[in-house]
Amino acid sequence: MPGLNDLYQEILLDHNSKPRNYRKLEEANRSADGYNPLCGDQIQLYLKVEDDKIIDVAFQGTGCAISRASASMLTQSVKGQSVERAQEIFDAFHTMLTEPDAELDYDTLDDLECLAGVSEFPTRIKCAVLAWHTLRAALDGKTEDVTTE
Amino acid sequence: MTTNVSGLDVARIREDFPVLHQMVNGKPLVYLDNAATTQKPQVVIDALVNYYTLDNSNVHRGVHTLSQRATEDFDMGRSKARQFLNAASDQEIIFVKGTTDGINLVAQSYARPNLGEGDDIIISTMEHHSNIIPWQVLCQEKGAHLLVIPINDAGELLIDEYEKMLTPRTKLVAITHVSNVLGTVNPIDQIVEIAHNRGVPVMVDGAQAVPHMAVDVQKLDCDFYVFSGHKIYGPTGIGVLYGKAELLEAMPPYQLGSEMIKSVTFEHTIYNDLPFKFEPGTPHIAGVIGMGAAIDYLNAIGLDRIDAYEHDLLEYGMECLSGIGGVQLIGTAPRKSSVISFVMDCAHPHDIGTILDTEGVAVRTGHHCAQPLMQRFGVPATARASLSFYNTKDEIDLLVKAIDRVIEVFS
Repeated sequence: MPGLNDLYQEILLDHNSKPRNYRKLEEANRSADGYNPLCGDQIQLYLKVEDDKIIDVAFQGTGCAISRASASMLTQSVKGQSVERAQEIFDAFHTMLTEPDAELDYDTLDDLECLAGVSEFPTRIKCAVLAWHTLRAALDGKTEDVTTE
Repeated sequence: MTTNVSGLDVARIREDFPVLHQMVNGKPLVYLDNAATTQKPQVVIDALVNYYTLDNSNVHRGVHTLSQRATEDFDMGRSKARQFLNAASDQEIIFVKGTTDGINLVAQSYARPNLGEGDDIIISTMEHHSNIIPWQVLCQEKGAHLLVIPINDAGELLIDEYEKMLTPRTKLVAITHVSNVLGTVNPIDQIVEIAHNRGVPVMVDGAQAVPHMAVDVQKLDCDFYVFSGHKIYGPTGIGVLYGKAELLEAMPPYQLGSEMIKSVTFEHTIYNDLPFKFEPGTPHIAGVIGMGAAIDYLNAIGLDRIDAYEHDLLEYGMECLSGIGGVQLIGTAPRKSSVISFVMDCAHPHDIGTILDTEGVAVRTGHHCAQPLMQRFGVPATARASLSFYNTKDEIDLLVKAIDRVIEVFS
């Protein structure tokens, strides 16, 4: 079994204790709620999208360190990106967690790579992907709540 | 070797449970998730294997030897369950899939025909979802009200409030005997007495009570009592609904099919007598036999001794955990079974669970299917260590050590 240090890396713990862009985005024009019924994690994700570009992004919610850090890092990685690029980042992140043998796209993942260790803890993958599925729902303009079930 | 107040030889008892003797993530398994399900002693495993190996056959049908043996063991399983609850007769013992199934049976066959618009059903804040949703949906359908008994910060029911809730519109009280999150042991005898004074029947969810204490349904005078086999060291997929015979007699069947009938024509069916009226289809024969073996096992140890031992273990655990800075215990009622729920300032319960698992310690984390209770305490989730008579103080020490590791990671 991989060690705890692979899971709870410094950078993850830092995002957990000091989540970035943790607020309600008043000027948001897209938003979605994500919910993990298994553990009760909840997230509200807010986006301001103009001309297919993510001008601003923020989140609120309650959850474990992994879901919180993942959401925090999400906001940093997609802010200022085109919607298309955000989708590429989503794909790279999803592949990293769900396809252990796949080659990682380090350029796209950047800091998100620190969440790679989560893939070794199958029960926790849902925690890491919650914010990302919520992002996709917000971009798709879905109004239903997202769940990781 | 006996080194505890109850005189239990726990080292020897642990030998009865093969699953306990394994390494998890390089550490000896410390299984503290007994409120979710209990481990199975070898005698239960043997009962299942023997049934399938030697006696496998359908019950109450064949005239051949195997069927007779299976039927005899199956019927004996019912008698054991009857004795376990001290019910008045075997016909008051209905085999169901588990507690959830039993509650649904009461909701559909007892409450549905008796509930009208504007009527009330009373539950409590500390119910498991399975003792909320069947009533909630039924009340919505019938235009009835679901009333919820509040609790105090220690996790005890406010009995005065409960008393005020009972009116001529109250049709049923559905209440847990022991909270799966808080461990609180509710005063069922008092709750039943108050309800009966107003002519209201009481259904008790006993899933978390029967593993820890001797239950006497006649003494409690409850009208229905439900529990699951897998929480008393028996198999999953089998449980018991106890109901007073006169209530069960008057209720329509829950599900329809074979076994629950006396005679059938295409025009008309005559239902079978109790308990078969509520048991259509081939039953979980192995489950009943396995649960019977589990009941024998518990009786051989003695539920009073189990209660005493677990209480001592609980006190030790509560004391150890309350001494750790940043740990807050949820559920501190004086009358409590061996469940310790806690939250930590530094870490979310899910992170606690993962770190404990790397230390070989199995606890449950999450909302424990009691989201309204989580809301009452203002927490999204808790970590829960639930203790059995096969657990030891050494294992509590390992839990404490693992919690120290959580603090280390998150500090």
